[in-house]
Amino acid sequence: MIRPLVITSLTKAFETPSGTHVAVKDFNATIEACEFVALLGHSGCGKSTVLSIVAGLSQATTGGVIVDGKEIDSPGLERALVFQSPCLLPWLTTLDNVVLAAREAHPKLNAREQKELARKYLNLVGVGEFENTAPTELSQGTQQRVSIARALSLEPRFLLLDEPFGMLDSMTRFELQDLVLDLWEKDRKTCILVTHDIDEALYLSDRILLMTDGPESKVGLELPITLPRPRDRHELAGNTDYYRLRKEVIAFLEHHSKQFQQEKAA
Amino acid sequence: MKQFLNNLALSLVGLFIVGGLWALLSATVSPDLPSPWRTWQESKVYILSPWEKRGEMDQGIGLMTAYSLFRVAKGFFLAILIGTPLGFMLGSSNTFFKMFDPTIQLLRPISPLAWLPLGLVLFRQSEPAALFTIALCSMWPTVINTMTGVRAIPQDYLNVARVLRLSKWRQFTKVWLPATLPYMFTGYRLSLGIAWLVIVAAEMLTGTPGVGGFLWQEYNSLIYSHILLSILTIGIVGFALDRMMGFAETKLRAI
Repeated sequence: MIRPLVITSLTKAFETPSGTHVAVKDFNATIEACEFVALLGHSGCGKSTVLSIVAGLSQATTGGVIVDGKEIDSPGLERALVFQSPCLLPWLTTLDNVVLAAREAHPKLNAREQKELARKYLNLVGVGEFENTAPTELSQGTQQRVSIARALSLEPRFLLLDEPFGMLDSMTRFELQDLVLDLWEKDRKTCILVTHDIDEALYLSDRILLMTDGPESKVGLELPITLPRPRDRHELAGNTDYYRLRKEVIAFLEHHSKQFQQEKAA
Repeated sequence: MKQFLNNLALSLVGLFIVGGLWALLSATVSPDLPSPWRTWQESKVYILSPWEKRGEMDQGIGLMTAYSLFRVAKGFFLAILIGTPLGFMLGSSNTFFKMFDPTIQLLRPISPLAWLPLGLVLFRQSEPAALFTIALCSMWPTVINTMTGVRAIPQDYLNVARVLRLSKWRQFTKVWLPATLPYMFTGYRLSLGIAWLVIVAAEMLTGTPGVGGFLWQEYNSLIYSHILLSILTIGIVGFALDRMMGFAETKLRAI
C-alpha cells in the first residue's frame, strides 16, 4: 500500500512578544490514497496551521510533511487548497479566475483548451452559467463553488479544504457538503478537511483526527468512520452508528476543553 | 436633476458674492486692484482670440495654457514613471523601505522654489530644470499611495498566487497591479494637482512662456489685470484637471 502523505512529529512554534508559543507539537498522521480525512478540533487548536503547512504556505518548526518520500517546503500544484473564504480575484471574471489556475497546471494546453478545461470544472460544480460574471456579484455559496472549481482545475492529487463552509448559512452549507461528497465519490481524490463542525466531519470523512486543545496540540484520537457509502443525510439521521460516533466525538471535545480549562486555572 | 440645478444655483451665488467682494475691494481700500469689469476689458483680447501669437510673451490665453499643460504633462509623466516603481519597491520590500523611507520623508516637504535653482545648476537650461522641479515635487503622492496600495493587498490574494504557483511576472500582472491600481490612481490625481501648482513657480522663475511666466511678466509690466486673468485661468484649469482625474478614478473603481 502506498502512503502518499505522511505527517511526522510536526511542530509549529510562533515567536510572540510574550515568548515562544508552541501551537502544534508532535502531530503525527498518515493519509492513505483516496482517503477522506477530517481534522476536527476546537477553534484555535491549530488545525488550520497544520493544513497550511501541508499546503506549503508555512513551514514547520520541526518535523514535516512527506509526499511520495519528498519533504514539502513550498506550495505545489498537486495539492490544491480551498480557502475559508472564496478568495476569488475581483478584477477577473469567474471563468478567468479558474483559467488562472488551469493555465498553471496545464501549460501544454493552448489558451482555448485551458478555457474549455476551466468551463468543464465550472459546469461540474454547477456554476457554468456565471462564467462572465464578476465574482463580487455572486453569493458566498456560489463564490465558494467557483473556488472549488479553481482547485479542481489543477487536477490535483490532494484536495485540502480549510473550513470551506464555515461562513455559509446552513442550507448552502448542506448543498456544498453534498457537492464535495459527490465529487469525491466520482474520482476519490485524497482529501483533508479542516473543520469544527462535528456533523460535517462525520458526514464526509472516512476517518476523523481529533485534535487536543492548544497550545501544543496534537492528534488526541483517531476515529474511523465506518458509515456506509454513498452517504445520505436523511439515512444517517436514523443510523445508530452515527449517534454512537457523534457521542464519542463530543465526549472527546468536552473532555479536552475541560482539561484545558483546568490547566489554565492551575 | 432638480438637486443638480439647486446646487448649480448655490455655487453661482457663491461666485457672485466673491466677485462682489473683489469689486468692493478694488473700489475702496485697494485702488491698484483692477475691478472685475476692468479686468475683463483689458484681458478680453487674450480670451477672445486665445490662439493668437503676437510675441514671445504676448500670446492668447489658450496658447499660454497649452504651453503650461504640455510642460506639466511632461513633468507629471516623468514623476509617475519614477514614482510608481519606487512605490512598488517600497511597498514590497521591508529592507528597501527602511533604507529609503527616511530620505523620502526628508525630501517630501521641500518647496519647488528650493528645487528650481538646483535644477538650473544641474541642467544649465530652464526647460529641463522646470521638468526636474515638477517631477521631483509631484511624485511623492504617487510613491506613497502606491506603497500603501501594495501593503494593503489582502494576504488571501497573495496566498492564492502562491498556491497556484504563479510566476513572478504573472503575480505582478494578475494580483499586485490590479489590487494596487485604485491606490495608484489616487496618487496620480494628487500628483497631477501638485504638478499644476508647481508649474507657476517654475515658469515664474525661469521666465518661459506659459500661464505662470505670463503672470510674472505682467506683474513686472504693471498690468495687474493680467495677473488676475492668469490666476483665474490657473484655477479653472486646475479644477478641470482634478475633475478629469476624479472621473477616471471612479471609472476605474467600478471595474
